[in-house]
Amino acid sequence: MKLAVSSTGPDLSSDVDPRFGRASYILVVDTDTLAVEVIDNAANKDAFKGAGIQAAAAVCDKGADILLTGFCGPNAFKTLDAAGVKVANDVSGTVQSAVERFKAGEFTFSSTPNTEGHW
Amino acid sequence: MIISIASGKGGTGKTTVAAGLAASVDPPVTVLDCDVEEPNLHLFLHPAVTHSEKVIAPVPEIDPDRCTLCRKCMEICRFNAIAVAGKTVVTFAELCHSCGGCSIICPEKAITKKERVLGLVETGTCSVPGLAFGQGLLDIGQVMVPPVVRRVKTHGAGPGGLTLIDAPPGTSCPVIAAMKDTDFVVLVTEPTPFGLNDLKLAVETVRLLGIPHGLIINRAGMGDDAVYDYAREKNLRVLMEIPFDRKIATAYSKGDLIISARPHYKEKFKQLYNDICRLADDNTGAK
Repeated sequence: MKLAVSSTGPDLSSDVDPRFGRASYILVVDTDTLAVEVIDNAANKDAFKGAGIQAAAAVCDKGADILLTGFCGPNAFKTLDAAGVKVANDVSGTVQSAVERFKAGEFTFSSTPNTEGHW
Repeated sequence: MIISIASGKGGTGKTTVAAGLAASVDPPVTVLDCDVEEPNLHLFLHPAVTHSEKVIAPVPEIDPDRCTLCRKCMEICRFNAIAVAGKTVVTFAELCHSCGGCSIICPEKAITKKERVLGLVETGTCSVPGLAFGQGLLDIGQVMVPPVVRRVKTHGAGPGGLTLIDAPPGTSCPVIAAMKDTDFVVLVTEPTPFGLNDLKLAVETVRLLGIPHGLIINRAGMGDDAVYDYAREKNLRVLMEIPFDRKIATAYSKGDLIISARPHYKEKFKQLYNDICRLADDNTGAK
């Protein structure tokens, strides 16, 4: 299974970035092998609009099944939902610990966005 | 002749000037309220609305049977209003600026245009003889103001008549849409630090657009002289001063026109119009 995690840095020891669309990186982690694929989200970080949509599309492209992040807005959620990617919000700590807690079944999936859209 | 009335700061008297001018000059005149987020010119003129039309902007709709997920639409959209998510395409009508790029570039002809209502345009007549009226009303929840403003502006008096455009405050897209392609911009300010601050922004905007312009100082006598100093320094022509006058303020507070409180303003507004015609003609408004 592939987990996408919004991250402040490019490796597993980095902290989870609470922002999704404008996270510095998004790490796509294989839950069996812990192999990491790094999405550099720099372009979206400074996007004029639609950062969440673009980040969500990138996550879908990588074939992730689950997203772990802090906050996920309505447009990102709609995009992820269309591709069947499940979202767990309010995640913090390091990316590695988030992956471990996920494997231990600590997170529940959200059925709605947990923050407002931005204008 | 098309004259737009703008200000930078809100509440300086744009609508007061637009209504006063509209009711004073010789017909045919059309006055258009382009402050579509909060139109209020009707409170002065009490128009009878005879025609209304919806302002519609197209947004994309994807035919999933034709779409090959090639992403060309997603790449061309600078507002990120289309995204390929897995095996589907998601669209965001509220981000779409209706440029039509996605449907043009789609090699599979999978994108059709769906209608989204942005607002309403109403036109009608006023009790003032020969004065036509129009206004735009942005729909609740919509943010795309310029298309509504542009549609209101299509209801002008035409080449033979005078069109007056009551612009929204500020200096952003809605104001630009209101002032663009007009022959002259009347900037209305008040002689206070707040009026001056926003007047400077408005002057910079009008000069960027290269439209002849002049200044009306409303509530003259209150505040300070800094607006006059600025006007001198920038060669900004003061077209008219409307004094900080109790009778005018009382009329305003009841929704009455200046010319009903101070009838001699009818001649002043006619003179203003003549001055504007001359300035717009020899293009010296900015000089």
